[in-house]
Amino acid sequence: MKKKLIALGLCAVMALGALAGCGSNSEEPSGETGGTVATDGSTSMEAVIGSLGEKFMEENPDISFTYNPTGSGTGITAVSEGRCDIGLSSRDLKDEEKDAGLEATEVALDGIAVVVNSENEVSDLSMEQIKDIYTGKITNWSELGGADSEIVLIGREAGSGTRDGFESITETEEQCAYRQELTSTGDVITTVSKNPNAIGYASLAAVDESVKTVTVDGVSPSEDTISDGSYKIQRPFMLVTKADSQLSDAAQKFFDYATSAEAAEIISGAGAVPVAK
Amino acid sequence: MMNLRAKSENIIHGVFLILGLVTVGAVLLITVYLIVSGIPAISKIGIRDFVFNTHWNSTGSEPQFGILPFIMTSIYGTAGAILIGAPISFLVAVYLSKVAPAGLRHGAETAISLLAGIPSVVYGLVGMMVLVPAVMNIFNVPDGASLLAAIIVLAIMIMPSVVKVSLNALDAVPPEYEEASLALGATPIETYFRVSTPAAKSGIAAAIVLGVGRAIGEAMAVMMVAGNAANMPGLFESVRFLTTAVASEMSYAAGLQREALFSIALVLFLFIMLINAALNYFLKRERA
Repeated sequence: MKKKLIALGLCAVMALGALAGCGSNSEEPSGETGGTVATDGSTSMEAVIGSLGEKFMEENPDISFTYNPTGSGTGITAVSEGRCDIGLSSRDLKDEEKDAGLEATEVALDGIAVVVNSENEVSDLSMEQIKDIYTGKITNWSELGGADSEIVLIGREAGSGTRDGFESITETEEQCAYRQELTSTGDVITTVSKNPNAIGYASLAAVDESVKTVTVDGVSPSEDTISDGSYKIQRPFMLVTKADSQLSDAAQKFFDYATSAEAAEIISGAGAVPVAK
Repeated sequence: MMNLRAKSENIIHGVFLILGLVTVGAVLLITVYLIVSGIPAISKIGIRDFVFNTHWNSTGSEPQFGILPFIMTSIYGTAGAILIGAPISFLVAVYLSKVAPAGLRHGAETAISLLAGIPSVVYGLVGMMVLVPAVMNIFNVPDGASLLAAIIVLAIMIMPSVVKVSLNALDAVPPEYEEASLALGATPIETYFRVSTPAAKSGIAAAIVLGVGRAIGEAMAVMMVAGNAANMPGLFESVRFLTTAVASEMSYAAGLQREALFSIALVLFLFIMLINAALNYFLKRERA
């Protein structure tokens, strides 16, 4: 009986501890040096923000940096509700979000690669062809010089920054007849690598050897072709802040750091293309 | 001395009462929260449009919030998983409880417990890497991510709980029943199916309901093999379940879309309530 009571007591203490943890997080004082920088948002920005945060904490050991990978929409909501210092978005703000007093600062550009199975013979597609494939006008690989098999469209879920970016650049919004809507970049790559009929899109930084990246209008996605704009399918990575209120010192420091020329190297190391030169 | 013992007894009673109330409180909290956050979207969209519209396009310029495809998919998927999983699990339980030698039974039970302990994301991953390509090649369809793949994964996932609960029910059948049946000249197999099984009926039914509950509530594994397009269900169609509809869009959702996801969760919750209530009703009627 005693042992049980002790166990119960421990449980209670742990539960209280968890609650207390929540409390202290939300009451973090802003405006003090030291302190924390809380970021929240786009999962596509994980590599970029992760390495920026790591380097930033190395240089400012008294500031703790957190990144909560929830998605662009959630990140924007979080910053507008004051639940984090900086929201991360891999798409431009919508008008209603700008009206709500938010502003976005571009830190990097990301190319969206169009990937096919490595057995697929098709290696170049035009923007027009990509549009026709995703809107269902072209349904067989033989129409593009490939094998005689049905094209299987792999995409991301509604609301995903990558999907939004891809569809708005290729002008296929609301017309895509996806066979599969997957919830992460990794799932898209795995699925495409397992199905010879599949075509998908993913953030360039996440693409690996298991799939084939096609060239778009003859241009292969790379840092150079993205920053000079010759590779068409690209989107911005944004830091979202409230326009009317001051960032805490720590958050301001991170903001300045992320947009500095110094951060450019880290951003390109993480597979994206820095905006600041 | 007695007084002290009585006091400590009372304290322990109190502690257990509080812990019991925590559970009840959690259920109430979840129910109230789901109803409060699920109702607004339903009233904005209109209940008939929400439940019977077959088109879901939550981020379109003219958003559509029809969840009939998800409801039908969840029903078909769960039914399929039970149709495949329950008979296999039942026969496994009969074999392990009545026929298998002790060593084999011990080994099999360990394996089944292990199967129950595998996280659902692992089922999903294996499904995605092995099952989906297999479905594609065996049935010669362009893509293997389909209702069929989800049914197979769910059937495997519900097996451990169905086997274990049926096994306990079959073990609890009084040996006198079986001995009497054997003494009257029935063969062992006849005894197991005609005597032991009816005696363990309510336990086996409870096992199947547990399976239904697990199947209808599973999200992660299904999300990785079902394709997640909002189609009406078909065996080789890419489909989205009630659970995956919530899980796949929640991370990016905003506004009415987000509220509608809560409404889907409410519908799922009602479904599970309904299943439990129906089962309780049947079990009670049988006993009476």
